[in-house]
Amino acid sequence: MRMINTLRKVRPLQLILFCTFAFLYIPIIALMAMSFNGSHSPFILKGFSFRWYSVLIHDTRVIHGLINTLIVATGSTILSSILGTLLAVGLHRYTKSSALNAFALAPAIVPDIVLGIGLLALYALLSVSLGLYSVLLAHVVFSMAFVTAVVKARLAHTDKYLREASMDLGATRTATFMRITVPSLAPAILAGALLAFTLSLDEFVIAFFTNGPTTPTLPIVIYSMVRFGVTPEINALATLLMLVSFTAVIIAQRMTRPSEEQ
Amino acid sequence: MTSPVKNLIEIKNLTHDYGSVRALDNVSLEIRENEFFALLGPSGCGKTTLLRILAGFETPLEGSVTLAGQDLISLPANKRPINLMFQSYALFPHMNVGQNVAYGLEREKLPKAEIKSRVEEVLKTVGLQDKVKARPSQLSGGQRQRVALARAIVKRPKLLLLDEPLSALDRKVRSEMQLELKRLQLEVGITFVVVTHDQEEAMSMADRIAVMVEGTVGQVDTPVDLYQRPATAYVGDFIGESNFFDGIIVPEGIKHASLGVLPGNRYGKDISGEAHLLIRPEDLRLAVSGEHSIPTMVQDVQFYGGASTLVLSIEGRSAPILMSQPGATSAQRGALVNLTWDPLKAIVLPRDSRRSAL
Ligand SMILES: Nc1ncnc2c1ncn2[C@@H]1O[C@H](COP(=O)(O)OP(=O)(O)OP(=O)(O)O)[C@@H](O)[C@H]1O
Ligand SMILES: [Mg+2]
Repeated sequence: MRMINTLRKVRPLQLILFCTFAFLYIPIIALMAMSFNGSHSPFILKGFSFRWYSVLIHDTRVIHGLINTLIVATGSTILSSILGTLLAVGLHRYTKSSALNAFALAPAIVPDIVLGIGLLALYALLSVSLGLYSVLLAHVVFSMAFVTAVVKARLAHTDKYLREASMDLGATRTATFMRITVPSLAPAILAGALLAFTLSLDEFVIAFFTNGPTTPTLPIVIYSMVRFGVTPEINALATLLMLVSFTAVIIAQRMTRPSEEQ
Repeated sequence: MTSPVKNLIEIKNLTHDYGSVRALDNVSLEIRENEFFALLGPSGCGKTTLLRILAGFETPLEGSVTLAGQDLISLPANKRPINLMFQSYALFPHMNVGQNVAYGLEREKLPKAEIKSRVEEVLKTVGLQDKVKARPSQLSGGQRQRVALARAIVKRPKLLLLDEPLSALDRKVRSEMQLELKRLQLEVGITFVVVTHDQEEAMSMADRIAVMVEGTVGQVDTPVDLYQRPATAYVGDFIGESNFFDGIIVPEGIKHASLGVLPGNRYGKDISGEAHLLIRPEDLRLAVSGEHSIPTMVQDVQFYGGASTLVLSIEGRSAPILMSQPGATSAQRGALVNLTWDPLKAIVLPRDSRRSAL
């Protein structure tokens, strides 16, 4: 009875909503389902199995790629969180120029391919040899913009007199920054960091341009594997990656949810 | 007033600009030790600016400020024995009540045990001892205000500045907090400077009030003197209810264009030319026949239980005349009555173009 009622109430816009969700998530669900399929071929269902997960963790190429990716993601996250926070605080305090604000956020919007080529050209110009660190720095460039955007949004909602209150109570500038400014921004910084981490985790284009030959990151490893066909092993890997990204994004969202403070 | 009063703060010829806006214009003031001082004035007259200069967040363009004889302006905000309670309270959202209050003491690097006992003591004073662990976001407006107050007084400053401390509270909590602030001030023995644009609030709390007008100080006096002996028509108009008559100065008062001579008291001031006569509503009374009086008509009668107010009109004058009487009145709407007053209580004031600035 209730089922019929709800069905009757579906409006055209809701229908579009459901279709959009289906369009977005059916491929992902299919991929997840296939990763647990015991068979080699996607056309034969052979029952539930962790077989491909076991193949995956014994694949040294994948493990290497994963380690490289984790190094890049961790390093670029730490750097971009620090720099992005400082940039956001600086922009918030010292400028009202919308042009400067736009410049700071541009790396997040510039097409990856442009950023990739640009960075490659820059590295060549400076005759920097390519390796993991060049990918890491490249990732800092765009993640920093994301951290800045998130932290700036939070700054706009924090009481602008907190700093003065801290100084008034006898704190130095440094103490004020460390004990008031940073902690009151902590949720935003963390959210920005998680965003930076997940973006770096599956970044392909920029890494492809700025990486050296001996240190492929995980997306590059996957790309080279896929060239010879999608194996169920890749489904398993993709499922795991998605799990990590999803968790991070959900945590990030919780952190930036407008809080009930004042 | 023969006993020597000690000034805590001396402000001399203070001027401050924000870009092209002159926020303070040649302000001079003394604030005495242990007094409850109020800065009163309409929005934008420079009250917050003056507090921010005292707290050290603005450097004045010109003038000097001393605290107990020592120059204050060269000291940075975090070195001044002065605390400011912000209009928005500015409580630290990531700290609980106890941590908020302890913050200032921790900056002084006091021993842990002392910090703990002082925090407990001050929270008891403001009645929040059971909220130590609460976050600011979990408190009501009145409770936040108390935390902000506790956080400031726990430092035992020489001077506490409060910027519109009660404006965020509703009426009932507000009048409770007025009494509370006054009690606290006596209890902790700190000099308070409170900013407000609510004259009743200033009158009920302060020992002395500075009335500010467009970046200048109009008058500094006790509430009673401000009310009974305003120095300018602007101040007389701003404080309490008042009836104004405009005219030309004559020896016994002023000469009104249509009402003739209206007697008043000049309080020894030397005034010439155009002048105002100010009569408080409670100083007007119904005349008995034969007395010098002005004829009016009763427009409205408002009875407030303890007192009643007659709203009266005079031909050719748009502003109504207010007269208040203790108890009920027998006057009827539409009745013609003659008003008179004690010339000693009617104040003759020099013409003030800002009287209508309100
Ligand atoms: N940061 C600023 N930049 C520019 N002008 C300012 C600034 N702060 C205040 N002003 C101006 O200086 C004048 C005095 O402001 P101030 O804040 O001291 O007034 P106030 O008496 O506290 O008013 P209110 O009762 O509305 O709080 C006003 O004209 C105001 O517009
Ligand atoms: Mg103000």
